[in-house]
Amino acid sequence: MSLEKRDFLLAGVGGQGTILASDILVEVGLSSGYDVKKSEVHGMAQRGGSVESQVRWGEKVYSPTIERGEADFLLGFEMLEVARWAGFLKPGGEVIANRYRIAPPSVNTGQATYPEESQITDLLKSRAGKITWIDATSEASALGNSALAGVILLGCLAAELPMDAGVWIEVIERLVPPRFVDLNRQAFTVGLELVR
Amino acid sequence: MKKLLSGNEAIAYGAYQAGCHFGCGYPGTPSTEILQSFIKYPGVYGEWQPNEKVALDVAMGISFVFQRSFATMKLVGLNVASDSLFSAVHMGTRGGLLVVVADDPGHHSSQNEQDNRQFGRFAKLPVVEPSDSAEAAAFVKEAFELSETWHTPVIYRTTTRLSHSRSVVDYADTLDVIGEPRETVKYVRDPREQIPLPVNARRMHREIEQKLADLSEWAETCALNRLEPGSSKLGVVTSGVPYQYAREVFPDATFLKLGLAYPLPRRLFATLASMVDRIVVIEELDPFYEEHIRLMGIPVVGKDVFPLCGEFSIEVVRQAAIAGGLLEARSPGSVKTRPAAKIRAAEGSGVTTVLDAPVVEIELPMLDLPPRPPMLCPGCSHRGVFYVLQRLRATVFGDIGCYTLGAMPPLDATHVCGPMGASIGYVHGVDLVGVKERTVAVIGDSTFFHSGMPPALNVTANKGTSTTIVVDNGITAMTGHQTDPGTGRTMMGEEVPPVYIENIVRALGYEKVDVIDPYDLKNTRKVLTDHLDSDTPSVVVVRAPCVLATRERHPAPVVDPEVCDMCGMCLNIGCAPIMNRGEHTEIDPILCIGCDYCVEVCPKGAIVSRRSDDGSSKEGGA
Ligand SMILES: Cc1ncc(C[n+]2csc(CCOP(=O)(O)OP(=O)(O)O)c2C)c(N)n1
Repeated sequence: MSLEKRDFLLAGVGGQGTILASDILVEVGLSSGYDVKKSEVHGMAQRGGSVESQVRWGEKVYSPTIERGEADFLLGFEMLEVARWAGFLKPGGEVIANRYRIAPPSVNTGQATYPEESQITDLLKSRAGKITWIDATSEASALGNSALAGVILLGCLAAELPMDAGVWIEVIERLVPPRFVDLNRQAFTVGLELVR
Repeated sequence: MKKLLSGNEAIAYGAYQAGCHFGCGYPGTPSTEILQSFIKYPGVYGEWQPNEKVALDVAMGISFVFQRSFATMKLVGLNVASDSLFSAVHMGTRGGLLVVVADDPGHHSSQNEQDNRQFGRFAKLPVVEPSDSAEAAAFVKEAFELSETWHTPVIYRTTTRLSHSRSVVDYADTLDVIGEPRETVKYVRDPREQIPLPVNARRMHREIEQKLADLSEWAETCALNRLEPGSSKLGVVTSGVPYQYAREVFPDATFLKLGLAYPLPRRLFATLASMVDRIVVIEELDPFYEEHIRLMGIPVVGKDVFPLCGEFSIEVVRQAAIAGGLLEARSPGSVKTRPAAKIRAAEGSGVTTVLDAPVVEIELPMLDLPPRPPMLCPGCSHRGVFYVLQRLRATVFGDIGCYTLGAMPPLDATHVCGPMGASIGYVHGVDLVGVKERTVAVIGDSTFFHSGMPPALNVTANKGTSTTIVVDNGITAMTGHQTDPGTGRTMMGEEVPPVYIENIVRALGYEKVDVIDPYDLKNTRKVLTDHLDSDTPSVVVVRAPCVLATRERHPAPVVDPEVCDMCGMCLNIGCAPIMNRGEHTEIDPILCIGCDYCVEVCPKGAIVSRRSDDGSSKEGGA
């Protein structure tokens, strides 16, 4: 397998599980022989703000952050946040996004409106070569825990990457607390099948 | 084994590997996790001090008895500790001492972007700067040896991007206690070296200057600095994470990568100049290396091309380089950029400084994306105080902590916020001049312990009249729930009697002191009105634990759509779960933790509590 550069941007809202998902992505890269770096800015994340995490795979990675306009994959945990980070995607890059809305305060109080899905899709289309919308949160709730949405998204992503599902499963088993391993494995498979 | 560590975790690992047993510090983003990860290693001890100056003094005390130690802080913490820093340099160290300071280019979570490499020159001590996690771990040992060989504290500088990014570190398979067990230690007296009275300090100053000269000689060959040969067209001088960006943008250049940011190696600069046609200096924030090299008479490209303000990235370095004519655009004409702001040059100086890099305009359809600003958490105890202060039309001098978010709309209830501990002094000054409106200082418990006590004392000692509200949630919440003297627990998890702020302020001379529960809005309003309108100096301690720390949860109240007439009062408290549904409001039962502030605020009785208790019981969280 060639160690072609892959840059991933994960975007969501504090508390949605972008950190676990990016940790899994990191370990999958390392297990597959890549040099890996990851970057995220903490701080206000707990307070319901936007969060973003960047993971880079390559033969040798220098910068811990992605160059704007060069990300290969944009993994969106929330619709507004995917839209916000669209500019990071390289032309023809791929978007895998959770069809799930968390209204920010200005929308709740009626001072702003939440964009329509079609508007967000148009925005993404101007940049992306492929867009996959997934009802990851409702699929996750069906499995019994909405926090599994991130692992479902990773399942979808895995279908686009060269390594076997086995590599992903092994990493998930390593990173997730034992009593949640089964659920997470199921969630990963749900994601994988959704796009197959 | 290979392990991906954050820069902060790597520094902690490096300290443990270097046999350092003592870590000190005061929390502050992005430095906080260093001490938190350090105490997980065997055989070590860590302590949160009330502020950065105390942290450095304790670390210096440990050094006095020949032990290695470090003190961690965020960039502005070094200002608080700087008095002690200068003295430490004069007295010199015995055990190795690192002042670990995390700078924040880009203002991710700080009020300024000060470049603490300058403290190396200012306070006259070495500055070590790693550029990824592997170096962050490895350089710690070098820095301790440097400190012990040269009897000087060393500034160990990281930045937000290094602290909070992860890269590969060679990690031990097993973790044992490292370093010699401490036998009976003895403090060895040496007042000539440890009392900077003028008679000693004059000598010390001369010794420090000589030490710096010797250290710059050492810098020429030390392992921290590295010359990476490449093309003879371009030489890059850089350090820290900017090295990584520069490596991506100029893959073929010759690099002088500095791990010792101060003192600087003159001969290495001269060697580089003889190797390449042109030198560029790629450094975040101040032109620190640039000025040094220019002073040697070597022409360089620096802040005339690479920005003075903000954080670098691959894009910033690339676009600045293209605009400065150092690099061809990748596909000329296809990329539109917004030009960078520049400082107007003083007339005749001929030098322009670039403030920002040009930004690539990525063409996207216009779409209004509502921002998602941080806000007080659902159920946060601070909310009630700011709601009441807003109603009382008080002018609020706030301080730094979660409660700074009281400044956000719709509360808009903080009007000034300076550095930590400033609120109380500000209000005293404003009152002194005769301002008659309702003015008040609002300060958190950790901030009060940090630097709120001297200004509170100043009020009583000078017949002041001002009111201070201490919002006491029993923890340092903003930076992730570190213990403080009011918590009742040490960093190592040992129980200790909590220090009560009402006792402190009574001892400081305050006679009018009240302790209230902010969830009782009626009483909060009554007590705050009384204090704001009184002419005696007073303190209100507002006590309720941080709900994120306790995870206390109750069933969410429910809006009765028949009764709600959309008056909007509940929306005014700025609580995320309360949503505008057009005809009425609605409360998101997943986000809401059932604090019932909104129940109290609703003038129509349309919001119905579902708490079955008196507020004291806890329900399992969802
Ligand atoms: C000199 C300095 N050191 C550290 C910090 C980082 N910092 C910001 S707020 C804060 C303390 C917040 O705790 P507290 O006052 O108890 O308020 P809370 O967040 O709990 O509401 C700290 C340590 C800073 N801004 N300045």
